[in-house]
Amino acid sequence: MASTALAPPALRRKRRRERLRTLGFLSPWLVGFPVFFGYPLIATVYFSFMHYNQIEAPEFVGLRNWTYVLTQMPLLGPALWNTLWLVVVMVALRVVFGLGIGLLVTKIKTGAGLFRTAFYLPYLAPPVAATVAFVFLLNPGTGPVNGLLGALGIPAPAWFNDPAWAKPSLVVLSLWGIGDLMVIFVAALLDVPREQYEAAELDGAGSWGKFRYVTWPSLTPIVLFAVVTGVVQTMQYYTQALVAGKLASGVSIGPGTVIQPGYPDHATLTVPQLVYSLGFQNFNTGAACVLSLVLFVLAMAVTTLLLRKRAGLLRAED
Amino acid sequence: MVTTALTTRRAPARGTTTGPARRAHRTRLLHWIAVHAVALAAALFFVLPFVFVWLTSVMSDAQAMSGALWPHEWHWSNYLTVFETPGFLDWWKNSLLYAGLGTLFTVCSAVPVAHALATFRFRGRRTALLLVISTMMLPPQVIVIPMYLVWAQQLHLAGSLWPLILPMAFGDAYSIFLLRQFLLTIPREYLEAAKVDGCGELRTLLKIIVPMARPGIAAVALFQFFFCWNDYFGPQIYAAQNPASWTLSLGLESFKSAHSVNWNLTMAATLLVMAPVMVVFFFAQKAFVEGVTLTGVKG
Repeated sequence: MASTALAPPALRRKRRRERLRTLGFLSPWLVGFPVFFGYPLIATVYFSFMHYNQIEAPEFVGLRNWTYVLTQMPLLGPALWNTLWLVVVMVALRVVFGLGIGLLVTKIKTGAGLFRTAFYLPYLAPPVAATVAFVFLLNPGTGPVNGLLGALGIPAPAWFNDPAWAKPSLVVLSLWGIGDLMVIFVAALLDVPREQYEAAELDGAGSWGKFRYVTWPSLTPIVLFAVVTGVVQTMQYYTQALVAGKLASGVSIGPGTVIQPGYPDHATLTVPQLVYSLGFQNFNTGAACVLSLVLFVLAMAVTTLLLRKRAGLLRAED
Repeated sequence: MVTTALTTRRAPARGTTTGPARRAHRTRLLHWIAVHAVALAAALFFVLPFVFVWLTSVMSDAQAMSGALWPHEWHWSNYLTVFETPGFLDWWKNSLLYAGLGTLFTVCSAVPVAHALATFRFRGRRTALLLVISTMMLPPQVIVIPMYLVWAQQLHLAGSLWPLILPMAFGDAYSIFLLRQFLLTIPREYLEAAKVDGCGELRTLLKIIVPMARPGIAAVALFQFFFCWNDYFGPQIYAAQNPASWTLSLGLESFKSAHSVNWNLTMAATLLVMAPVMVVFFFAQKAFVEGVTLTGVKG
């Protein structure tokens, strides 16, 4: 109302002031986004067409890095397979287990706070510390878990030291840190209107019917959210796999030491680990940039595919 | 309130309870037992690793190698030995520096940006928000190589933690998004009232928004602190070359190599790395849970 009464020059001044104000408030991000996101993204594409060993000047080689990475590079197969395996198995089990623990928490009547804390706490454990602890706990020779299983007469696997069990061991470690998903599911479960349960009960629904027709429909956005973020996170899966492989191999090494990653038998080698070893150990910058772009495209493709089914996830912006 | 349900249900005198009511009471009791038995079993899965790690941390060297569950003697001095390990105190110092400054920078840069994205009307607002969200989706491995080259070759800061700390002064996408979602819940009337009172934008932010958004800011700060404290990838890229810049994550990983036999010391060190996280959690449970739910439900 007031603005229409303003003379044009005053109006223009006001507009300019507002624009300056917006720019001022946004300035950290306006600087940060191009410098720490835009530039490196473009540079990654640029380096993917260059031969560059970080000493001599980059040299244009066309698609050579791309054909090398996609057709000839050793270990691409195992790395892609492991990442895919983890994305499917780990994400699925995390969602199922997280939802299960969430349901359990809402049903607990005695000592709810204590149980909740117990379920949540491992999520906070630093990944390296948690991995070190699990490599010890699941150590076939000296670990208490196999000691316990042995005492019970259960044949114990070699966990991180067996190619067939190394990835399942990582899944166990990841299920231990389910606390964040649990909290999200509990919040969603408590949001389900109680009247709907009462209505379903009147219609003669049992506990399964109530879950199927009341709980599940209201949970689907949260499940989708958990799947999408889980997929994105698992495609970046790095620290736990690397530390577990290094420690279980028993090699005396510190960070930065060149070792063949993925012990045992490349079973824990993930795509991000391969990017690291290409770029920072073999100094094959071009190939590392190609592989990281492949990872990026895959992550984007999966998330858009999942989100297309339900645009609801992005509705939060309005 | 819910806990008393069981006891009140037991209240009716025995003689007055009819058959069906007693049966209903019995199924409810069985249900209670079943739920708590499952919960107890689940709790063991989450708690036992901590217990085993702690028990091992006070064993003797030899016993820790034996797969034993209970220590014969309690070697509390293991914790002292860990602190006397060369480098351990420096790792703590570096982790605190990275996490402390990183959090401070993140909060200072995320608050104004989140405020602008939540309340200002301007052209390109939707695009800016989408760009922030897409940054969150990007695997860090995709942009790390060119960034590393800039820090190492142009700025000569590789081997320190500055390449990790300085970018946080320019807004972290995750924190901006989380805070923006929180700020959306503050009624616009407060802002309009401040405007009518002649409050400038900056004063409105500092005197009205920040105090009201304190829970959201606390959640962002906690998350960022623990992200830095737990980070391994970043320090491995930038600080690994220089042992004087190692953080606890890097140190702990190499600790096992240096003490190749001493699982007891390694477990004591592991607990010492986890300790600050656990302590802070007990003081800031609410902010934590709020942060997780906010990101989860609104994300």
